Amino acid sequence: MADQPLLAADDVHLSFGETRALQGASLQVYAGEIVALMGPSGSGKSSLLHCLAGILAPDAGSVRYGDRDLAQMTDSCRSALRRGEFGFVFQFGQLVPELTCAENVALPLRLAGTRRREAHRKAAVWLERLEVADVAGKRPGQVSGGQGQRVAVARALVTRPKVIFADEPTGALDSLNGELVLKLLVSAVRETGAAVVLVTHEVRVAAYGDREVVVRDGRIRERELAR
Amino acid sequence: MSVGFALLGLLENGPRHGYDLKRSYDKAFGRDRALHYGQVYTTMARLLKNGFVEVESEPGEGPERKRYAITDAGVTDVREWLARPEKPEPYLQSTLYTKVVLALMTGRDAAEVLDTQRAEHLRLMRVLTKRKTEGDFADELICDHALFHLEADLRWLELAAARLDRLATTLRP
Repeated sequence: MADQPLLAADDVHLSFGETRALQGASLQVYAGEIVALMGPSGSGKSSLLHCLAGILAPDAGSVRYGDRDLAQMTDSCRSALRRGEFGFVFQFGQLVPELTCAENVALPLRLAGTRRREAHRKAAVWLERLEVADVAGKRPGQVSGGQGQRVAVARALVTRPKVIFADEPTGALDSLNGELVLKLLVSAVRETGAAVVLVTHEVRVAAYGDREVVVRDGRIRERELAR
Repeated sequence: MSVGFALLGLLENGPRHGYDLKRSYDKAFGRDRALHYGQVYTTMARLLKNGFVEVESEPGEGPERKRYAITDAGVTDVREWLARPEKPEPYLQSTLYTKVVLALMTGRDAAEVLDTQRAEHLRLMRVLTKRKTEGDFADELICDHALFHLEADLRWLELAAARLDRLATTLRP
């Protein structure tokens, strides 16, 4: 494990109106590790993920990616960072329904300026890696939930991001499909060296991580364990 | 108890030597607790005495050359064992429950007891998950069984943690 964290939240506060979602949450994520963020519903774990990913800006405190403070970056720089260095897997609906699965996976590369042929070649590699090459030409509405989620994982990995943010990635799947998605995700990130911030309320999902961090009442109750 | 039935079941595919039986048992069931040779032979002696197996002698054999074969009574015994449900064990009054209650009664931090246990459960779940993902299908089934039990424990830990205040009021004079 590197000495310097890849991603660090320091004393982050975030409120939605009267609701205080985060009340001084601090967390470090190191390169190549899988950190499971656990906690009951409403504990603030998804809010923390969104702050770490630069999707939400904290009211107070800071989030740093390497030596860059996300709050000091312009919107377009943050967007470029999310497109190039971060990958996202959510519980529902992240695939564009009008595009085929292959086009969905190729999309982040196309947005980053990769030529169509090259983007589709890389998409095909990742669809194969996630064992869903057979649905490449289908639209998300024509594939099962488990297949769709594996396509989403392929899309998150296609740019070879440094960090994957996964918010309840298996929440909508049955346990067999959920396990398969996790197994493939973990094996792929072990290969690429990406860190994963994995939000889950399921301990069986958290057990795929290297350590777990418990979020309660917007704070971290951390019992860090060595890998 | 189940070792005898497992050995009997292994014999249903044909007669085997004691050594071969041990090897098959260890591969299928004994990943964490391999059988001792002594255990195989004492179990086979018991099964022989009860008429569930018979010994097929081979010419010029020593004790190692014995081949065990399952009898009809043995097949029936395995069938009945498989059909019989195991007694569910609800683990009432577990050690952990005692620790939590004792911590509350003595004014100690019961949440800390639960958190420590939770971390240990998760540590073991990580080990099992790793073993499951790197192992074969049998590993996967065995580890899943253990993982579901640990998960159930953790659900109780979460619930207990959420109800500590209420539990404390019922325990303190």
